[in-house]
Amino acid sequence: MRKQIDYSAEPILDVKGLKQYFKVSKNFTVKAVDNISFKIYPGETYGLVGESGSGKSTIGRSVIRLYDPTEGSITFRGKDISGKMNRKTTEELRTKMQMIFQDPMASLNPRKTIGDIIAEGLDIHHSYKTAAERKEKVQSILKKVGLAPEHAGRYPHQFSGGQRQRVGIARALIMNPELIIADECISALDVSIQAQVVNLMRDIQEETGTAYLFIAHDLSMVKYISDRIGVLHLGHLLETGTKEEIFDHPVHPYTKSLLSAIPSPNPELEKKRTALEYDYKTSGIDYNKGTDHLVSGTHYVKCTDEEFEAWTK
Amino acid sequence: MERKKILDINDLDITFKTTAGKVHAIRGINLELYKGETVAIVGESGSGKSVTMRAAMGILASNAKVNSGEINFTYSHDDGITETVNILSKNKKWIRSHINGKRIAMIFQDPMTSLDPTMSIGKQIMEGMIWHYKTPKEEAYKKAVRLLQEVGITDAEARMKSYPHQLSGGMRQRVVIAIALACNPDLLICDEPTTALDVTIQAKILELIKKIQEERGISVIYITHDLGVVAKVADYVNVMYAGRIVEKGRIDEIFYDPRHPYTWGLLSAMPDLETDDDRLYTIPGSPPNLLHEVQGDAFAPRNAFALQIDEKLEPPMFKITDTHSAATWLLDPRAPKCEMPSELKHRIERMKAAAKKLKEGESAS
Repeated sequence: MRKQIDYSAEPILDVKGLKQYFKVSKNFTVKAVDNISFKIYPGETYGLVGESGSGKSTIGRSVIRLYDPTEGSITFRGKDISGKMNRKTTEELRTKMQMIFQDPMASLNPRKTIGDIIAEGLDIHHSYKTAAERKEKVQSILKKVGLAPEHAGRYPHQFSGGQRQRVGIARALIMNPELIIADECISALDVSIQAQVVNLMRDIQEETGTAYLFIAHDLSMVKYISDRIGVLHLGHLLETGTKEEIFDHPVHPYTKSLLSAIPSPNPELEKKRTALEYDYKTSGIDYNKGTDHLVSGTHYVKCTDEEFEAWTK
Repeated sequence: MERKKILDINDLDITFKTTAGKVHAIRGINLELYKGETVAIVGESGSGKSVTMRAAMGILASNAKVNSGEINFTYSHDDGITETVNILSKNKKWIRSHINGKRIAMIFQDPMTSLDPTMSIGKQIMEGMIWHYKTPKEEAYKKAVRLLQEVGITDAEARMKSYPHQLSGGMRQRVVIAIALACNPDLLICDEPTTALDVTIQAKILELIKKIQEERGISVIYITHDLGVVAKVADYVNVMYAGRIVEKGRIDEIFYDPRHPYTWGLLSAMPDLETDDDRLYTIPGSPPNLLHEVQGDAFAPRNAFALQIDEKLEPPMFKITDTHSAATWLLDPRAPKCEMPSELKHRIERMKAAAKKLKEGESAS
């Protein structure tokens, strides 16, 4: 049964006109993310796709405030978190929004036990009264992600890649977040383990109702897990909509070329498939001139009026 | 046309000596490759696919010990005489000057780490020719420019002076391919050639390798875990698990009629665009630790279809057709009838229908 998302509800995350520039030198600024707006609703999975360098990881990091956004507003649970935050808002952001990173080995402290890594958030925010309560919380979360309670005393190197990613998920979950940012969290895993982790993430969403911002470049997996999808290219959000809208009726030529490049595990088809060509420089499209046009429902595409007319004919 | 065998690996068995003990990484592998054909080796990390190919290249780590087996490689000299050598019986120095880069070339996963950041790419392409064939510099230069054009780099002459950091990921991988082709190898080994690249570029690189293969008639081995890549390029597929080949066959046999439960798991764990099941089918658990000798079938603990005999005796390869065989007791005539999971069955039917539709569309037009 697919879950129902209430799109009339108050969005849990509302990003408006987000810009994230990195100043490299006096004369050169990298515009990693340029004027991006999207919303995430409670219990929803929003997938961000795009090639490397398109700014998808930057968005995740700006939203959780690992970077200071250059411009734009980010509203999380009705509070603005894009500028300077007071103590209460900071605490709320740091507990209710969590992140799962790509490389589970690099994101776990090798000198700490799994139990301590998972409980670190609890320690910082003093979310328990007795040591017994802390232990109880860690063990129940370990069980939830499919690890055994006795694993709490072990170190990251004693686990396999898939198990480590489960630890990363447990660490995010223990704060009862309402939004989890998953930045390429399955890319480093083997195919069979990827499926295990994706199933686990789905189960957790069903149980706790947390929303995901799922960042990935594997389009088949994004389609499988996401409710809505945003397509990024060169720091611009070109097209966004439900997965059916994006995959069945792509409008932007870049989206079309991206979808045509997805390898399919069907040799007869795959041997004959040729991907559509798309080159930004020669396409004549200027992303900076585009504005959001509504195609239907929740489906928006960024382009000029003339382009919109030509593409939707 | 007669198929000429170019690589023949027989009963290869390799252990690694580590501080934790002996790791039995390769446990009896048989593999053959014919001229002009493409073989893919599929498996999870740690299944031994890279080690097998490193053995064929003679670049195993120093703590590796080959217990048994032979790797027969057939190549032709410039004057057309063919020669077959057992690579495992040769010393490192001989392999280095006769095989590496000259007869067998390898393309690695990450182009940034396989290119020298301090050398211009032109120099890196010329290096092999000058070293192996004593090609004069001017001739090597001209050939390098031609190679760059062949792999689709525009403005090749100017690019000769570029350094790797000045190129994008896809361009770098093209340069790596140009280097691999510089000495006209008979065999090209691609170790996850597109994993580090974006999907849009991935397709272009695979098409490039395919085009070059057709033009030059070389044989290619792909090492990958991406079944989409396999579907695109391979003629034959070998599925590896825990140091053994568990299923081998023609590409259509593996994708449309898989017989080993591990292959079922691999195929269904990867969602395609039509997958709308509530849950993905998964293979439970994780691959075995090869530090400990495996009793019976290595896949049995993760196998929902495991029989009692799987815990005691390792299954032999059962022949299904002339080209297709799988190592699972399920194929024994005494085994109970067992069908693949229904999700996978539906998917294969869907894939077959799509393939049929495509064919009909082609014959109609």
